[in-house]
Amino acid sequence: MFRFPVRLVGAAVALTLAAANPGFAQQLELKLMAPAAPGGGWDQTARSMQQALVAAGVARSVQVTNVPGAGGSVGIAQFVNGAKGDGNQMMVNGFVMVGALAMNKSPVTLEQVTPIARLTEEIQVIVVPANSPIKTAQDLAAAVKADIAKVTFAGGSAGGVDHVMAALFAGAVGADAKKINYIPFSGGGESLAAILGGKVTAGISGLSEYEGQIKSGKLRAIGVTSEKRIAGSDIPTFKEQGIDLVIANWRSVVAPPGITPEQRKTLSDAVEKMVKSDAWKEILKQKGWEDAYLGGDAFADFLKKETARVTDVLKSVGLVKS
Amino acid sequence: MDTFAALAHGMAVAVQPMNLLYALIGVFLGTAVGVLPGIGPALTVALLLPVTYKLDPGGSLIMFAGIYYGGMYGGSTTAILINTPGESASMATALEGNKMAKAGRGGPALATSAIGSFVAGTIATIGLAFLAPWLVDVAVRFGPEDYFALMCVAFVTVSATFGDSPIRGLTSLFIGLTLGLVGIDKLTGQARLAFGVPELLDGVEVTTLAVGLFAVGEALYVASRRHHTEEKLEPVRGSLWMTKEDWKRSWKPWLRGTMFGFPIGALPAGGAEIPTFLSYSTEKRLTKHPEEFGKGAIEGVAGPEAANNASAAGTLVPLLTLGLPTSATAAMMLAGFQQYGLNPGPLLFAERPDLVWGLIASLFIANMMLLVLNLPLVGLWVRLLAIPQPWLYAGILVFATMGTIAAKPSVVELSMLAGFGVLGFLMRRFDFPIAPVVVGLILGPIAESQLRRALAISLGDPMTLLQSPISATLLGVALIALVAPFVLKGLGRFKANED
Repeated sequence: MFRFPVRLVGAAVALTLAAANPGFAQQLELKLMAPAAPGGGWDQTARSMQQALVAAGVARSVQVTNVPGAGGSVGIAQFVNGAKGDGNQMMVNGFVMVGALAMNKSPVTLEQVTPIARLTEEIQVIVVPANSPIKTAQDLAAAVKADIAKVTFAGGSAGGVDHVMAALFAGAVGADAKKINYIPFSGGGESLAAILGGKVTAGISGLSEYEGQIKSGKLRAIGVTSEKRIAGSDIPTFKEQGIDLVIANWRSVVAPPGITPEQRKTLSDAVEKMVKSDAWKEILKQKGWEDAYLGGDAFADFLKKETARVTDVLKSVGLVKS
Repeated sequence: MDTFAALAHGMAVAVQPMNLLYALIGVFLGTAVGVLPGIGPALTVALLLPVTYKLDPGGSLIMFAGIYYGGMYGGSTTAILINTPGESASMATALEGNKMAKAGRGGPALATSAIGSFVAGTIATIGLAFLAPWLVDVAVRFGPEDYFALMCVAFVTVSATFGDSPIRGLTSLFIGLTLGLVGIDKLTGQARLAFGVPELLDGVEVTTLAVGLFAVGEALYVASRRHHTEEKLEPVRGSLWMTKEDWKRSWKPWLRGTMFGFPIGALPAGGAEIPTFLSYSTEKRLTKHPEEFGKGAIEGVAGPEAANNASAAGTLVPLLTLGLPTSATAAMMLAGFQQYGLNPGPLLFAERPDLVWGLIASLFIANMMLLVLNLPLVGLWVRLLAIPQPWLYAGILVFATMGTIAAKPSVVELSMLAGFGVLGFLMRRFDFPIAPVVVGLILGPIAESQLRRALAISLGDPMTLLQSPISATLLGVALIALVAPFVLKGLGRFKANED
C-alpha cells in the first residue's frame, strides 16, 4: 500500500506544475510532415520548426517525416486521410502546393486542411545578364509589349511561383499572359547557367538564390516583388517602377481536418510562441527568410485569396484546364 | 603561384586534428550510406544539416565533402559484389564488376575501383584547384542545344555498346525511354502515363528501377535456375590483389574515365551517369580483350569508377565558383553553406579563402582516407560471396526492399520494385540487355527537356542545333559514332557475349 500515495502525490505535483506554468504545451509531442524530399524549402522549414519548437520549450519533441512527391500532392493526400482529427500533427506547405494541386487535379485540396499560420516568405526577383541592354523593369516591359514570344524567361518548375510571376508580369504591363515564353528549369542552378550564358532574356527566382551573382555584378536585378523596398537594398521594387507586381513565395503550416477548436487553439498558440522565440528569429536570419507570420482567420483568408489568384493565373496560361 | 600558396594554406587548415576527424567521419558515413541502395549521400547530408548547425562551418563542410566522396565510393562495393548499385552512378560498374566477382575476381575488381577512384579523385581535385575559374566559364556557355547534342553522343555510343543484337538493345532502350516519360512533363506541367496515381507524378525513380532490374531480377533468375545447374561461386580465384596484367589494363581506363568524369561533372546539367556510361562504352571499344566484355573485363570497372569519382569533384566546380548545385548532394552542400550565412559564388573565394581552400585540400585527404579505409577491407568484402547462394540472394532481396522503403515509403514504390524485378527476370531469361533500360530512363527525359528548351528559346527554329559550335561539333561526333561501325563492318565487328 505504499505505491498508491506516491502516485497520488506525483499526480498532484504534476497538476500544480501545470496550473502554475501556463506553458502546459510543454507536453506537446508533435509530428510534422514535410511533403517533399529532404533538402528542399519545405524540408528546411520543417526542420527549422523542429529546432525552434523544442528550443523555445513549446514542445517536448517534434518528429519530422518526409513524404515527397508531385509538389506536395502525395503528402497532402496522406496527411488529410491519415491524420484526420489528430491534434498532434501538422504539415508544412506553401505557394508551390497551391499550383501543384490545381495542375495535378488532386482530389484533396487545401480547403480540407485546418489553416494554422503563414510563417515565412521569400521575395522574388527578375534578373538579366550584366551585358543585357535591358536596364529597368520598364525596358523589359517594353520588350514584352513589342513581341512577347521573343522574350524568354528562365525559372523554376512549370506552374511554380516563378512561372506564375512571369504571367503576372506580362499581365501587369498589358501584354497577353497566354503567350509568355517561359522556360522551366529544374532548380535555380540550371536556370542560372542559362541566364549567365545569355541563352534567355531574363531569369526569375527567389532573391536569395541570385544574391551572390547580383552582388558580384554578373547579374543585374531589375526589380523585386516586395510591397516596399527592402531595407538597405538598392534594388527597386516593381511597384516603384510603375508595375503592379507583388508576389512572394510564402511557406506556412497547417493542421489536419476534423480537429476540435481547442486542439486548433493549442497548435496555433504553440506556433505563435515559436515564432516569437529567439531561436526562430536566429534561424530566419541565418536562412535569409523574411518573417511573414500571419495567424488564425487572417491566414485562412489569405490562403483562400491566394488559391483563387494562382488558379486564375494558371488557367490563363493554359496549365490548368477549366 | 597564387594557387599553390592558397592550396598550401588550405592544407594547413585541413590537417588540423578536428578537421581530420570530420573528414574521417564523413568518408566513413559516406561509404556506409553508399552501400545501402536508397539512402544516398544527399539524404545523409540533409539529415546531418541540423546536427552540424552548431559546428564550425569549415569542419562540417569538410565532413559533407567526405560523405560525398565516400558515397560515390561505397556504391561501387555493392554493385560489384551483389549486383546492387547503391546509386545510379555505380550502374556501369555493376555491369562488368559483378561478372568479375562471380568469376572469383572480386578482389581485383574492388581494388581497381578503389585505386581508380583515388587516382581520378586526386586528378580531378587538382583540376578543381587549378581549372575551376576557367572551366566554369566554359560550362556556363553550354546551352540547352549543347546538352541535347551531348545526349545524342551518349545515346549513340551507349546503345551501340550493349548486347549482340541491335534490335534487342534498342528494345531495351525504348522500354527505358517509355518509363522516362512517366510523370509530370517538366515544360508544361501536365501528367503523362501516370494513370491518376499521385506517386507516379514524379516519374520513375532511377534507383528503384536499377535495383529492381539488377538485384531483384538477378535473384529471381538465380532461383529459377537453381534446379538446372548449380552455379558455383568462387569467392577468390587467383590473387586477391591486382596482378601486373590488371595494373597494365587499368591505368589507361582510369585516366580516360577521369577525362570524361571531371568536365561533364562540372557542367551544370552533366551529372555522374553520363560519363560513367560513356567511359564504359569507350573502354569496350578500345580494349584489347573484347571477348572478356560481358564476362568481367577489368577495364569496364576501372573506367566507370574513375569517371564516377572524377565527376564528384567536377560538381564542386560550379558549386564553389557560381553557387550552382548540379547534383542532389551538391544542393544539400549549398544548403550547408547557406546555413552559415555563406553564399557560394564568385565572392566566396575572395571572402572566405580559408574555407574554400581548406575544403579543397581536405578532399585530397578524404581521398587518401578512402583508399586506406577500403583496400584492407577488400579481403573482407569478397568473403560475402562465400555465403551460400540462397542466403545471399535472400539477403539481397531484403536489402533491396529496405533501401527502397527508406528512400520512398510507399506501397506504389514497392510494387514498382517487384514489377521491375519481374521485368528484369524476363529480360535475362530472353537475353535482352538490361543496362539500356536504365540509360533510357536517365537520359531520355534530359534529352527531351533540353531539346524542347532549345526550341522554345529559338522560337521553334531547329537550326539552333547547328548554329552553336559546341552543339554542331557534338552532333558531328554522334554522327561519326553512328556511321563508323557500318563503315568498319568489313574489318569485322567484334562480338561481345551478354552472359
